Formats: sequence, C-alpha cells, structure tokens
Amino acid sequence: MTDKKQLQREIAELLLSQKLAVLATQSSEVFPYASLIAFAATDDLHKIVFSTPKATRKFANIKHNPKVSLLIDDRSNNAKDFHDAKAVTVLGAVERIDIDASQKELASLYLSKHPYLEDFLRSPSTAFIIISVWSYYLVSRFQEVMELHIHDENDIPAF
Amino acid sequence: MRTTYLLSEISQDSKIFGGKATALMRLQEAGFRLPATLCISTEAYKQFISGSSIKEKIQLELHRKKFSDMRWEEIWDAALRIRNLFLRQRMQVELAREISNALEKNFAGNSLVVRSSAPEEDAAATSFAGLHESFVNIRGTEPILEHVKLVWASLWSDRALLYRQELDLDFAKSSMAVVVQELVAGEVSGVTFSINPTDATEGVVEAVYGLNQGLVDGAVEPDRWIFHRKEASIKEHYTPQREKFMAPQGDDVILTGLPENKSLQAPLSPEEAVAIYRKAKKIENVFGKPQDVEWTKVGNDFFILQSRPVTAGQDGDKDDKRGWYLSLQRSEDNLKKLRIKIEQEHFPAMKKEAAELAKIDLRSLSDKGLAGELENRLQVKEKWTAIYWEDFIPFAHGMRLFGKLYNDTVSPEDPFEFVELLSNVPLLSKNRNKALRKIGTYVQQRPDLQHAIAAGGAGAINDAEFNRLMEGFISLYGDPFCGTYGDRTCNVSRDELVSVIMQMAGNSTTEKKSQIGKEANKAELESTFLKISKEGGKRARAEGLLDLARTSYRFRDDDNIVLGRIEEQFFRALEEGRQRLKKRHVDGAAHLTARDVLRSLVDKRYKLSGTKAKETPAKQENQHIKARQLLGQPAGPGISRGRARVIDSARDLALFKKGEVLVCDAVEPNMTFIVPLAAGVIERRGGMLIHGAIIAREYGIACVTGVPNAATLIHTGDEVTVDGYLGIVTVGQLDKTISLPGVGK
Repeated sequence: MTDKKQLQREIAELLLSQKLAVLATQSSEVFPYASLIAFAATDDLHKIVFSTPKATRKFANIKHNPKVSLLIDDRSNNAKDFHDAKAVTVLGAVERIDIDASQKELASLYLSKHPYLEDFLRSPSTAFIIISVWSYYLVSRFQEVMELHIHDENDIPAF
Repeated sequence: MRTTYLLSEISQDSKIFGGKATALMRLQEAGFRLPATLCISTEAYKQFISGSSIKEKIQLELHRKKFSDMRWEEIWDAALRIRNLFLRQRMQVELAREISNALEKNFAGNSLVVRSSAPEEDAAATSFAGLHESFVNIRGTEPILEHVKLVWASLWSDRALLYRQELDLDFAKSSMAVVVQELVAGEVSGVTFSINPTDATEGVVEAVYGLNQGLVDGAVEPDRWIFHRKEASIKEHYTPQREKFMAPQGDDVILTGLPENKSLQAPLSPEEAVAIYRKAKKIENVFGKPQDVEWTKVGNDFFILQSRPVTAGQDGDKDDKRGWYLSLQRSEDNLKKLRIKIEQEHFPAMKKEAAELAKIDLRSLSDKGLAGELENRLQVKEKWTAIYWEDFIPFAHGMRLFGKLYNDTVSPEDPFEFVELLSNVPLLSKNRNKALRKIGTYVQQRPDLQHAIAAGGAGAINDAEFNRLMEGFISLYGDPFCGTYGDRTCNVSRDELVSVIMQMAGNSTTEKKSQIGKEANKAELESTFLKISKEGGKRARAEGLLDLARTSYRFRDDDNIVLGRIEEQFFRALEEGRQRLKKRHVDGAAHLTARDVLRSLVDKRYKLSGTKAKETPAKQENQHIKARQLLGQPAGPGISRGRARVIDSARDLALFKKGEVLVCDAVEPNMTFIVPLAAGVIERRGGMLIHGAIIAREYGIACVTGVPNAATLIHTGDEVTVDGYLGIVTVGQLDKTISLPGVGK
C-alpha cells in the first residue's frame, strides 16, 4: 500500500466498524494499565474520544501522564483472524478532559455512535476525554504494518 | 460418515462425488466398458482438512498479499508450500482405514490410477484437462493414500489457483473428490472429441501407442483423424513422426522409443477410428452435450477412462496471460530439448553477437552510420529479449519439476529445501565477482595505486598491470555499470566500477566459510534423496531431473548475464548518440529514448516526441505514511540489518557501500556484481527461484522478494532489518540491545 488515502480509508473503516478499544495508560507505577473503552473517532482521524468515570484507575493515570496508546481490531476469535483480521495501534496524548460539556460537536459524535451512553456521559462523575492522535500503526495480512503519522511527535501538546 | 464408494453406489450429486465420478457412473449405467472404479467423496477431503491446521495455513499463504499482485512465480511458490502441507499431514487413522479397506477389497494390489474429480461449482472454470492432478501406475495402499492427498492438494495447485479466481478462492466452496481406477494398460490410447472445439461441423480422434499420458502432456504427438461430424466419416488423417510411447515401468510411467514396425503403422485402422468416434457420439447422447472422451484399447475393446464436456477457447481474452503461463509448464523431455537449444545454439550465438558488436568503433561512425548501428542494436536486443521469454523463462521450469519430485520423495519440512541441491554451482556472475575481487586485492596491496585512483579516477592510471586486469575483465564480462541503466555514460562508469572493486577486496573469507558448510549439507541431502529414489526404482529419473534442474538453476543466472552483454552493446550506441546530440545542444539529450536519438541523428529538424519527467510523485504524497513492516517471500534464509540503498539508477548502484541493504524493483542482470557487498536484498519482484534470490542464496545473504512497492516505501538511508526466514522487512531503527541471530550489534 503506497497510497495515503487508501491507508486513511482502511483505518477510518476499521475505527467506524468497532465500538470498543483497548486503552493503555501509565501511572507513576511501573506497569502499563489496559482497559476496555467505548470510543469514537473524528472523520479526519485527528481525534479519538471516550468517556470514563473520574474515580477510575485509567482517569488517574491520564491525569498523571497524558500519553496513551489504543488498540482497535476486528478479530472474531477464529483461526481465520490470522489472515483476515486487522488491528490498528494508536499513539496519542490526551489534549483535553472535558468536564463542562463544552465540546458539543465531539460529544454528539460520541453519542451518535453510542446512544445508550447518554446518561453515562451526562453524569457529573463522568469525564469526556479527547485524545489528539499522533500516529496509527495498521497491521493487516498477519504481519504487514503501515504507519500513518497525523502529528509530528515533537508537537506534544502542553497539558 | 462414509467416504469411499463403488461407482454403482454413488448418486448424481457432483458436490459429493465430483464431475468425473458422476460422469463415469452414468457411462457405466449406459453399458459402456470401464475399468474397475472406486470413488472417494468430498467428505473425505473435508474430514482431512478439518482435523488439521492446514485450513488456516492455506489461507495465510494465499493472503500474504493481494492475489492480483502475485506474479505467476509467487503463485507457483505458494502452491508448492500448500502441496507440502498436504504431503506432511498424516491422514486420520479412521479415514485411512476406510479407504485402505476399500482399496484392498476391490483392487488387491493392482496398479491403479488416482484421478481428481472436482465438484460442479468448479466446472465452469476448470472443466478442461489437466487443471487438477492425476497419477498413473500407483501400487500399494500407502502410496495410493499419499497420492489421494496429492490430488486433494491439486485443488490449490498453481494452475488451479489461476483459474479459480472467479471463486474468490473461497475456502468454504472448495472441495475435491477422488476417483481410483484400475490401470488398464491398453496397446493404444487416445482422446476423442465428439465435436471439434474449433469447427462445429467436425469431430476429432487422437491416438497414440501405449498410455495416453504422453498425449495429454504433449510428450507424444498423436495420429489425428478429423471426422465429418454428421456422417461420422473420416475427412482427413494427419500422421505424425511416430517416435515414442508411454508405458508403465516398475512404479513409474516412462517415455520409451517405439519399435520400428509400430512407427510405420498408425495406432488405429480407419475402421477402429470410426468405431471410437461413433462411441464418443453415443456418449454425447448420454450426456446431451458434446464430449471429450479419454479411452484405451485392449484387444478389440475400448475402455472409457473419462468423459467431460468439450470446452472451447480456454485462453479467454487476449489480455488473459494464463494460457501463456500454463505453456511454461514443460515436460521433462521438452526441457531436455530446450537445454540443448539454449546451450548449443542461443548462448554461443549471443556471446558471438555481443563480441562482434563490441569490436565496432562507434566514435568513428558518421551520424547516419551510428543511427544505423543503433537501429541494428535495438533490433538485436529485441530479438534476444523475445528469445529470453520464449525459451529461457520456460527452461526455468526445470527447477520446479525437480522441486515437486524432491518433495514427493523426501517430504521435507522446508518445501524449498530442494534449492540447496541446486545451489553452489559455478555461475557466471560468481566468476565475474571473483575476477572483480582479484583486481581489488591487487589494488589493496598497492597504496600508491589507491592514492592515484582517489586523486584522478581510474582513467588516469598508468599502472600497466592494473589496466591490463581491467581491460581483461571488461572484454570477458563487459562493464556491468554500462547497460544497467541508460542514465550514465559508459566512460564515467569505469570509475564507479573501480570504487566497487575497492570494496570487494577482502570479502572472500566469509563466503568461503559459508560454502564449506553448505557443501556438506548439499551432499547429505543429495544422498538421502537418491537413496529413497533408488528404493522406489526411480533413481535414473531422479538423477536426470536433478541434472536438468541444476542446469536450469545455472542458466537462470547465465542467461541474464549474457543478455546483459547484449544490452550493454545497445546502451553503448545509445550513449554515443546522446553524447553527440548533447554537443549539438539538443534539449534533454541525456534522457532521450533510442527512437528519438535515432531520428535526431539523421534529421536535424526532427521534433522530439517529448521526454517524460522521471521523478515519482508518490514519494511526496507519502509524507505522512510510512511502512514499518512489509511482507514478502522468504527467498534467502538469514537475517540482517543495515542502511537501505534504493536502486533507481546506475548512480545509486555506484554509491552502494559494503554492508548496505540492496532495495530494488528487480535485480537486473547487470546488478548482481553488487550483491556480495550487500547485507541483505529486498526486491519488489516476487519468487523463490528468481535471479536475485538465486544470487543472494549463493552468497548466503538474507533476501526477501515480492515486497509490493519496496522501492517506493523504503528510502535510501532507512535502517532496515531483512528477515529472510519469515519474509519480513522491518523499516526503522531497532533497539540496539535486541540481538538477532547472526547479526552483529
């Protein structure tokens, strides 16, 4: 694959087809921490959003270290995944923790994908998290890996 | 669930029993004489597949890259790997027992034929002969079970894969039944078409002495009778040169010389030809459509071996290259003839032609004379390129023929182990590289000479011995830079050649070491292979094919080198023309095509057709996209790491530094001299047995071929890791603390 548009399309399709992602965060402790989240991505692939109760370990980790990684894949837990499944690893940083519902557009994007989470999102104990994506690593055909860089890694957002 | 049936027990369901078996069943019911026949249903195939990991392994193999991106070499490679999966997978005990019991009960140790019987879904694409495999003269329960597996594997043969794209290679829809028949070794055999595929008013009878395998694979030319279809009367009889026939011998089927009395007599009398044609027409009535009937004659009786609908226009439209590809699959006999033609006619003629062209002093020619010479060289180049496709490429099939035999005999873990037996032979490019190294050693021992070269280039050297060595080299092998790409003058290339030579000196020890180990392994593999072949009574054939395959392997290099010399002569004339036009201040003279150079030389007012900018826009567009890990074929075992050098032009080649990784679209004939300097080779063109892979393997260099867009996704200077075991290229730095087997940190 040499075509940027094609790569963008494949990633966008994968993100659209999946409701859940694995999020990896890191606290001051030694271990990375993985959790399952309901996410949504913007069409331009620049942002990924999700929501979480503020009392969670992942929220605490993000407050400590905004750098995160996500894994989104379409595996079906069958042998055919080895030739058929795609997975994308995302690197990015949390650019904003929205506690006052000011990010209306992103919130409505999120709710159009997860309408059943409306009450959850509106709860005062929930934080709406906006990740600015640096890069995607799409794995297909078992071992083929293509990178799509959205932001330069030096442009780490101030947080 | 039951898997093995007598013909009288099967239904007309071709999904379960396949087209061949159901057709035979109808023929038996209609009263035609058939050999004793058993049918192994698709259920057996399904049982075999479901109890193993084969299913996913095949899928992985076929999804390494988009099927449409796979070259025929890669399809063949994939098919060989899949075939080996079937060979190495043991049949489940229950299944083997059921088939064995039926075989022993019905055939009692007789010689048998094991044929494919593909289900109807496949019929549209695969109804013509030879897409799936059949095996003749197989004896003993174990060997028959092995061949049943091979028939199943042929569902995924290269031929079948090419023609099954329509099915999107859907695993769920793929299945195979098998027909096992008693071998009826008639004195005469043949094929009858109740309708001539090329003329609907005619029918055709083809007949040969012995078994009809010779006819089917093209090794024996048949007598051919053309019939008036309506009257079922003979219209014409074509008589071939009758020389050979196919006969069962031991556990094999071999091509033998025909006794003189038979070579003078047609295998069928006119009455017999009419009799078998009429039988085919009766068979047509049974099925309600024209048939292609295979038969054999014992005494006065015709046994019907199989019958299928006549298909026309197998090659499809003109852009369909599958027909050409299938024509590459030559018989052993055909390849032997081809070898003589290449060795005794083509190679000497090419060398002579290149040498004669080299004698002409291009600078002394007038513009018109040079234009004539360029035209001539263009034609010579085109002529040999055509022969390259027509004869040299098909001859490479010798390696493939041997590979199959080797895998059938030894059933190795690595389906490409057979290449070990072919490698380490005196290739032309290895000799050329040795000669380069010799000059390198000479220079290395003389610091003064090194300084002189560094200061003034190779042209200004007055060391007589050095100049003599260089001239000797060029007269023997040509200048590998000149002719590889048309963007450099051949004079400049001399300096570049010297720079490569300097790097090559002192490169010999590692090569020697790696070869000692290889030789021992090769001898051991060869002796095991020949020992098993001897036990099966097939030693002579094994030795013959091994010899053929070694020649085929060697020619894969030699033909490229010799063709390179022809191309070099063409480029010399092209360069001379460009230089003259440059002096005339013609715009973009250095990049003109041969046609433009020709016309401009003779016609000063000639308007150029316009040259295209060579720069690829793809690189700019990809500023945000980067390849991290690319998949190809593991064409040369080993793992290595180094900076990439992407070869777009001769200049890139000249800049190549020892220890870099060679990245290119295809290893061109004249590029191989750089390979010994490379840490690894990455090629867009795919295949395990292509020229670049052969050279890399000879030098024990990690090589991955068939990486789509390798030369655009990888950039010069990128750090790359070449995993020649798995066929994976990783782009970008690795943590230096990670140690890879065989790679220095």
